[in-house]
Order: sequence, then structure tokens, then C-alpha cells
Amino acid sequence: MKRYDLIVIGAGPAGLSAAIEGAKAGMRTVVFDENEKPGGQLFKQIHKFFGSKEHKAKIRGINIGTELLDEAEKAGVEVNLSSTVIGIYPEKCISVNKGDHIENYRAESIIVATGAAERMIPFKGWDLPGVLGAGAAQTMMNLHGVMPGKKVVMVGTGNVGLVVSFQLLQAGCSVEALIDAAPRVGGYGVHASKVARTGVPFLLSHTVVEAKGKDHVESVVIAQVDEKFRTIPGTEKEIEADTICIAVGLNPMSQLVRMTGCEMQDAGGLVPVCNEYGETSIPGIFAAGDVSGIEEASSAMIEGHIAGLAAAKYTGWIDENEFIEAVKIRTSSLDKLRQGMFAPQNKGKKIENTDEGIPVSKSLLEKGYMDDEEMERYPGVVKKAGVHPVIECSQNIPCDPCQEACPFGCIKVGERITDLPAVVEDSTCRNCGACVAACPGQAIFLVNEDAEEKMGTVSLPYEFLPRPEVGDKGVALDRSGRVICDAEVVKIQNVGSFDRTAVLTMKVPKEYTSSARFFKKEVY
Amino acid sequence: MRIEEHPILGEYKKGKKVKFSFDGKELEGFEGEPIAAALMASGVTTHRHTRKKGTPRGIFCAIGRCTDCVMVVDGEINVRTCITPLKEGMKVQTQYGLSADKEAEK
Amino acid sequence: MEYKVFDRTKPIGEFVEGPDDDIIVCRCEEITKGEIRRAIYDGMYTVNEVKRYIRPGMGLCQGLTCGRNVKEIIARELGMSPQELEESTPRPPARPVTAIVYADCRGEEEK
Repeated sequence: MKRYDLIVIGAGPAGLSAAIEGAKAGMRTVVFDENEKPGGQLFKQIHKFFGSKEHKAKIRGINIGTELLDEAEKAGVEVNLSSTVIGIYPEKCISVNKGDHIENYRAESIIVATGAAERMIPFKGWDLPGVLGAGAAQTMMNLHGVMPGKKVVMVGTGNVGLVVSFQLLQAGCSVEALIDAAPRVGGYGVHASKVARTGVPFLLSHTVVEAKGKDHVESVVIAQVDEKFRTIPGTEKEIEADTICIAVGLNPMSQLVRMTGCEMQDAGGLVPVCNEYGETSIPGIFAAGDVSGIEEASSAMIEGHIAGLAAAKYTGWIDENEFIEAVKIRTSSLDKLRQGMFAPQNKGKKIENTDEGIPVSKSLLEKGYMDDEEMERYPGVVKKAGVHPVIECSQNIPCDPCQEACPFGCIKVGERITDLPAVVEDSTCRNCGACVAACPGQAIFLVNEDAEEKMGTVSLPYEFLPRPEVGDKGVALDRSGRVICDAEVVKIQNVGSFDRTAVLTMKVPKEYTSSARFFKKEVY
Repeated sequence: MRIEEHPILGEYKKGKKVKFSFDGKELEGFEGEPIAAALMASGVTTHRHTRKKGTPRGIFCAIGRCTDCVMVVDGEINVRTCITPLKEGMKVQTQYGLSADKEAEK
Repeated sequence: MEYKVFDRTKPIGEFVEGPDDDIIVCRCEEITKGEIRRAIYDGMYTVNEVKRYIRPGMGLCQGLTCGRNVKEIIARELGMSPQELEESTPRPPARPVTAIVYADCRGEEEK
């Protein structure tokens, strides 16, 4: 039996962060992960993260993953890969499958950061090849560079379903539809909007009835559901598709932590009952990240740090005062992420108004994009002379990189990071595009209503290939993905700090500057 | 199908090109990538036929948890192809029930 | 929420076939929704009992995919909330391991 001061199970964002704190406190720390590579799911997250600077906002998950690995190495964390923890026993002993033999370990404290597994809904034909988890599709395309299919139907409009749909489009797949049994889009409106504007239809109050095909999915039958989620006969519709991605939520992987015998609770997924520092009902056993409740990776990292500090305090490696000081910063950082409409305490609640008292956009929730007439009530949507930002951000989510991105002080988020961004009245936009590229929700556009006598310009974030070039002629699409007018690319900005989000400026007839939000290089 | 170039990730870092066999046919993939990725890139999506009902199964979770993608690899059954790295000359076979023998299970 | 034990003296009626009974729930062991529902009417009122009776969750993935769904089916059939129904007991090994590897605790003997 090998002995350590701290054992961490799982080398994802929570586990690595916990191990970093443990090692920094001087503990002999070992991390076990069943995978061949560390980082958990971070290296599939190719989108820019939300939050504030302290949460590494506007940095892509993949780059956060690289930073985290560097930090762990510097802190002297020992990471054992392809090492599957298969059991936890009394006295904080564990057994680890190392591939061809078992090793047993013991520590003063254990931090369980095993993450989550994708939740699945059984339907007829869901065992056919071609039906797979949205995370699986993400793994295949972002880690391995293989397209999971050509025509995809996404089931679920939570953030995973929305983000993966966008990534499928980036990988060159066609997303035929996003469906959800709920009557409203579950994830961030901005994530939905960036998918909707490319022309992908959102079918809410719909469920999968059947995946059809002989050896592989050939089509999917969907149907409308009533308010009690029962399918309405006669509403069935068949969509041709070779791939069905399931994104209906995540289940905490709490099997291991349950073996400790700690107190558990079912909060829409079985999680250990923890105190504010992640300690379970068994002293010295901690949980951090998705295994203790599903949240974003940014929250998981902070929870990891807190649990690491708590473990160090538990075994006396740091004293009470050091602990209180260090944990205070982390807790305040975590509190910032747990605000707004999507905060854990608001889960399942129907929110009618923003914190500012503005009615939420109904069409955003029901169709995935905002209707023109709903736009103008938000503080970021203004009409001004000359170039100016239009911030189509209508939900209180913890995110503020736009404010920081503008070097000219044109954008103000306000006191809390969940406040809706507003365009500062007397400010002058210099058309630099920094805000457009920085917004993790891709919700900022630079609009000039009077660039020429009859023409205006719209600058938008563009993350697809092939990248259009100046002079390219094509069409402009509105928020719903409908072709509305001819458009010509007049500028492409793609500087290093934009981190592969190109800012494309297109020229459109004046009257379309408030609705043209996407460019496609095809004929009208 | 492989993604040649990705707008965010650029070109994928891959190992050297290797040959392996799938049910006797020669296929190509990159060393170190999961067997399942090489198969998917070659258009192979049925990894096994189940023991009881004999229905086809393929990649489902892609991270080694669901065990749906198991195949017979170099004679060993129940190998999770989504997390097993591809090597030159590997012998990969469709799994029927608990063997590579299509008839044995019937 | 506290776990509840279903009162076995309470009649639950006769098994009635459902339209989606042929849907596979446990992918590894190929157990259908109908088989799980039938097991309940055979007197299996807990996740552990259903698991031992017809094996959902006892295959290679150890219930990682179907665990939640099996629990929901049983709870619904018994008129309970899924939160009230206890999950099956977790036991090592949490992941599939061959017996030859499981028995090989290398380097343990000298300590």
C-alpha cells in the first residue's frame, strides 16, 4: 500500500485545481485518472468561456486546459493516467487499476472529482449506430478530428446541446434541427442565437419518437408533446439524418464517492451532501466539480481550489487563518458565477423579467433568436450616428469581457457581472472589432447605418471555414437564419488577440443593418 | 470523414499513418488515435452485434464509459475501441456476442 | 429527501402492457422497459431487487448509462418520486476489470 497526504480522483478541471492547492500547501499529492490524457472534458471545449477575467473569461476551454496542466506541473502534482480507481474503502484506502495490475493507496484525505456522465433518454432505435451522446460527438470532432456524421439532429437545447450544435457546424456537419421536449430553450440565449442565425431550426415541445435505419440511423421521427410531455398523435414528422446527438443533461458520477458511505442527496442527480468547502459527511472526504452538482467548468475549477484548501486545513498543512484568507477569494469568485438567471438556485424557475426589470425575449426562448421588435428594449441595442456596437445580450448571465475589451470605454456592464451590457452614451466607437471577437456569446455587432448613401455595414463574429475574403459577394441572413438581402464582404479582421474569431464586415442595404446578422457566400 | 482543417483548431496533430485490418480488410488510420476514430473516418460505424438480440451497436459515449463500442482487438474481446490507441498492424474484428465468430452465437 | 421503502402490502394491480415496452433501457444487458416493468409486478420493488432479478445495470458499463432511467421507471410504476427511491448499492470494481488483473496486486506482498 502506497501512502500519500492527498489523493485526488479525476484529473479534470476540479481535480487538477484541488491537487494544485494540495501540492502548494506542501502535501504529497497524487491524482488518478482513467483517461490517457489529463484535463477531463476541457480539451473539447473550443468555445470561449463566460465569466470575468478572474474566471479566465473569453479564453477557450482548450487553452484553459493547457494553462491548468502547466500550473499542476509547476506545483509538483503527480498525475497517474490510465489509472482507474475501482474502489474506495474505509480508512481512506483506494484500489487503482493500472491496466495490467492493481495498486492500493491510502491518504489522509481524498478529494473525489469524478465529473459527470451524459444523461440519456431511451427511445425506439436509440441503440442504433449513429445515435450518440453530444459529448461523444464533441470528442470525435474536437479531439480526434473526425466528423460524427453529415446530417445531425440535436436532442436538447441546454448549453451542451447548443454549444455542440455550433461546433458541429464548425466541423462542417449540417445540423438539421435542434429539438427539445421543454417549451423553452434551456441554455444561454446567446448560444442559441449563434446557431439560429446560421439557419438551424429550433423545434421546442418536440421529442424523438424513433431512430429509423437498418445498420445505421437513416432518419429520425419526431413528434410534438403536450404540457405533460406526452406525444400528440398525428404530429409525427420524419427528418432525414444520419446522426442523432443526445444532450439532455448530465449525471454526476457519484458511484465512487458513494462507496465511502457518505450521506447523499438526489438533487436531479445523486450528489454527496457537502459543506461549503466540499467536505462530505465523512471527515477528510471531499467532492468537487460536477460530481457534487452539475455546473460549468469555471465553477468546477474554483470548487477544486476550495476543496484542496479544505483538505490542507483538515490535515494541518495550513492553519485556520491561512485557510480563511485563501478561501475567501475563491468563494467570492464562485459567488459571482452563481448569479443571474441560470444560477443553480434559479434552476427550473420561469423568469419573466431581467434584473433590470426588462421583459425577457419570448421568441428567444421559443425559437432560439430574438424578434426585431423585442430587440430595442435592451440597453445594448441602440441606434447612433456612425459606427457603434449593438449588443444583443438580453439575459443576466455571469459574463463581462465586452466591458474590458473596448479600449475606448464604449461598453459598460455595471456593478454585477450579470448586469446587461449597455452602450455608453457619449462614447465614440473606433470600429476596432475587439468587443465583437471578445464576446463569448458572439452577441456583439458593429453597425453603421449610414456608411454610404444607401448602404450600411454590419460587422459580425465569424468562426467558420472557408473564411470569406474581401470582395466576396453573398447573402445576409437575419437572426432566424432567413436570407434577407445581398451582401458584400468589405473587411476581414483576424488579428492574434481575436483568437481565431474573425470579425467580418459586410455591406448591406441601409434598411437591413438592424436585422442582417450572418453572411453566407452563396447566391440569392 | 476527417475534418481537414478546423476554424479554431487548425490542423489536427496526428501520429504517423498506419495500416490495420478490420474484418480482414486493410484500412488506414493514425497511430495513437482511438481505434474508433480510425474506423469512423473510414466509414465503419457498426462495432459489434449484441449477444441477445444481435442488433448493431457503435460509438455512443466515446470516452470509455458506456462500453458499446467494444470489439475484438488482436484476439481479445470487449476492448473499448473509443479509448484504445491504434497501432500498426492491429487486427480489429466486429464482435458478435462475445466473439468474432458470426456463427458461434447463433 | 429521504429514501422511502415501498409498502409491500399495498396492492399495485396487474401488469398492463405499455406502447413503449419494447424499448431497450439497459443497453449492455439488453433489458427492455417492459421487462423492468414486469419485474415490478413480480414483486421487485427496489432498484437492487430488479437489478438482481433481470440484470439491468449489471453489464460492462455497470449502470453508468441506464442507472437513472431504471430508477425512474421503477419509481413511476410504484407512484413514487425518483428522488425517494434508493439507487443500487455501489461496489468495487466500479469499472470493468478482468479477473487476472483484479487478482494481481503487484508489490503488495513485501509490505
